[in-house]
Amino acid sequence: MTGTDPQLDRQIVVDAIADVAPDVDPATVEADEDLWYALELDSMDQLRVMTAIGERTGLDIPERDFPGLLTLDDLTAYVTARRAGP
Amino acid sequence: MTLPSLDDPLRLDDYGATRRAFDWDLVTARLQGLPGGGLNIAYEAVDRHVANGRRDHVALRWISRRGDLIDLTYDHLRRRTNRFADALASLGHGPGVRVATLTGRIPDLYVAALGTLKAAGIYAPLFSAFGPEPIRQRVELGEIEVLVTTPRLFARKVEPILDDLPSLRHVLLTGEGGGSIPGDDARVLALAPLLAEASEEWRIPATTPDTPALLHFTSGTTGTPKGVVHVHRAVEVHHLTGGYVLDLQPDDVYWCTADPGWVTGTSYGIISPLTHGVTAIVDEGDFDADRWYSVVEANRVTVWYTAPTAIRMMMRLGLDAVRSRDLSSLRLVASVGEPLNPEAVSWAQDAFAVPVLDNWWQTETGGIMVANYRTEPVRPGSMGRPLPGIEAAILERGPDGELRLDGDGRPIELTDPEASGELALRAGWPSMFRTYLGQPDRYAASFAGDWYRSGDLARRDADGYYWFVGRGDDVIKSAGHLIGPFEVESALVAHPAVAEAGVIGVPDETMGDVVKAFVTLAAGVDDTPELRRDLLGHARRLLGPAVAPREIEVADSLPHTRSGKIMRRLLKARELGLDEGDLSTLEQPDAGGADLDADGEPPGGGARPGGTGGVAR
Repeated sequence: MTGTDPQLDRQIVVDAIADVAPDVDPATVEADEDLWYALELDSMDQLRVMTAIGERTGLDIPERDFPGLLTLDDLTAYVTARRAGP
Repeated sequence: MTLPSLDDPLRLDDYGATRRAFDWDLVTARLQGLPGGGLNIAYEAVDRHVANGRRDHVALRWISRRGDLIDLTYDHLRRRTNRFADALASLGHGPGVRVATLTGRIPDLYVAALGTLKAAGIYAPLFSAFGPEPIRQRVELGEIEVLVTTPRLFARKVEPILDDLPSLRHVLLTGEGGGSIPGDDARVLALAPLLAEASEEWRIPATTPDTPALLHFTSGTTGTPKGVVHVHRAVEVHHLTGGYVLDLQPDDVYWCTADPGWVTGTSYGIISPLTHGVTAIVDEGDFDADRWYSVVEANRVTVWYTAPTAIRMMMRLGLDAVRSRDLSSLRLVASVGEPLNPEAVSWAQDAFAVPVLDNWWQTETGGIMVANYRTEPVRPGSMGRPLPGIEAAILERGPDGELRLDGDGRPIELTDPEASGELALRAGWPSMFRTYLGQPDRYAASFAGDWYRSGDLARRDADGYYWFVGRGDDVIKSAGHLIGPFEVESALVAHPAVAEAGVIGVPDETMGDVVKAFVTLAAGVDDTPELRRDLLGHARRLLGPAVAPREIEVADSLPHTRSGKIMRRLLKARELGLDEGDLSTLEQPDAGGADLDADGEPPGGGARPGGTGGVAR
């Protein structure tokens, strides 16, 4: 895995959301706001967004991590940390 | 059987004996009735408890998204619902007024629902994840006069279509204080000041057992949604099943997780538990397994009514998350919405150490009709046996999907435990729907002789337990929500790039079905990733995420019957890699069987599925 650029990681998250829910604009959500609630994305959308992030990054995001991933900041930091890897 | 007093618990200890001796009078006798005569659901749910010494018992415990608690006692609820009824009257709405809610799980929804019933109005819940188009269709079909919604949902979904909703006389916005009212439509008012000015005293008009009370919207294979009407007498089934199936006792803390936008949220999220005088939990938050476990733990929930999708999601998270909590208060878990697979039953019974009782019913049945019971061995995977007072049967269907009739023109009951047919109920139970609003022919077509046809295929084993086999039509069940394929197709063909659309449910181990669309493109339109994204966005904007397809596939052509109908079953068979030959006979395909129309156009050149009506604007 190359690169741990948070800007790039944020773009990955935003692109994944756009794949699943092209009707919403992640730019309208505050970075620390619950984006699922704000954008009205249900649990199925959430699962598909996580899968889309996985496809873009090669990461496997287990469902037990979902509850901590509520905001754009959460998701970006998570992707960055996982891509940096242990 | 002697009639029990109102204070006796309504428990089902012996299924066989209770069933044999059952008489609906037993239930009628447990209801109080209005002081001046008549029957009203809201009186049975709220006021009677205040009159009977439970005024300070908590009726609703509301947990906000952020975790704040608000307790409403039966007396609080009585006074607030009186205020709502009085406010309706002050706005000039009389008996029969049709009031819809479009909100999440907030206290005002419960106040509006029960207050409407107290005003002798008809209460209609709308699913808050609907997009503007399903909302418009339902408000129009239901001729809804008053809509209660939040400022946020109003701005997103209602304000843009307000001019298309001529039946609406008032839109009441929830929220603290007056707030500022958006726009300049005089119909839009703030709810809080209206309630503050209204009287706490209200005399319920003399509704009868047959006065219409509830209007639920559901979806069929074709055409517009159906407006399912129930009357006040339905409370007999809500109350009976609260005892016999959910085993509610006065000191229970009960939690129904169903969304209040669907029938379960009304029948079992509001009416049934309140008629038993229990404390009902209302959690504003969305599904999150850990949050849910903490709600059960912190509130000592005893009876939990939830859905297969939720149980399967909990199962995927595993036992560790359950075991770290003290869920010992639970004594019963029930599930409805779609069949609960045996693995999920076994997992949940192990995880929660209580019986997990699957049951079956529909919007049209108003309440639970077939169930597993606390005192009977649970058969994982089976929906159980008919409620005492309910007669069920499996009716034989021909390959065309129509019922086979005997020489006297009556449906044929199947008794072979291996044979599947259409699950039917003997008409006449108290919560049977009374009409499809404005569609009497459609209503009549859902009965065959004395039988109500459920549209579900099932079989009955040698011990009388029913097993779900599949839907008898193309209706899609996703995460417990019933989705009409035609409604989705109509939204898709409203996009200029789309020529035709066929929509199916693709089985998903957690969600039941996931909505998938196949579309053909208009002449000259190219299939690009941007177009697909645009189509997906278009469908979600119109329909809302819960109804819109999650996946859209562009096809060169779609299979049709000779009459021009899109063969959804064939699309599904192909998607799943099933044998097309067997399934294709179900829709009377062209002589060529599974052949596609060469040009992908239905005969006659019409490009819209179904041809008339229901096409999105």
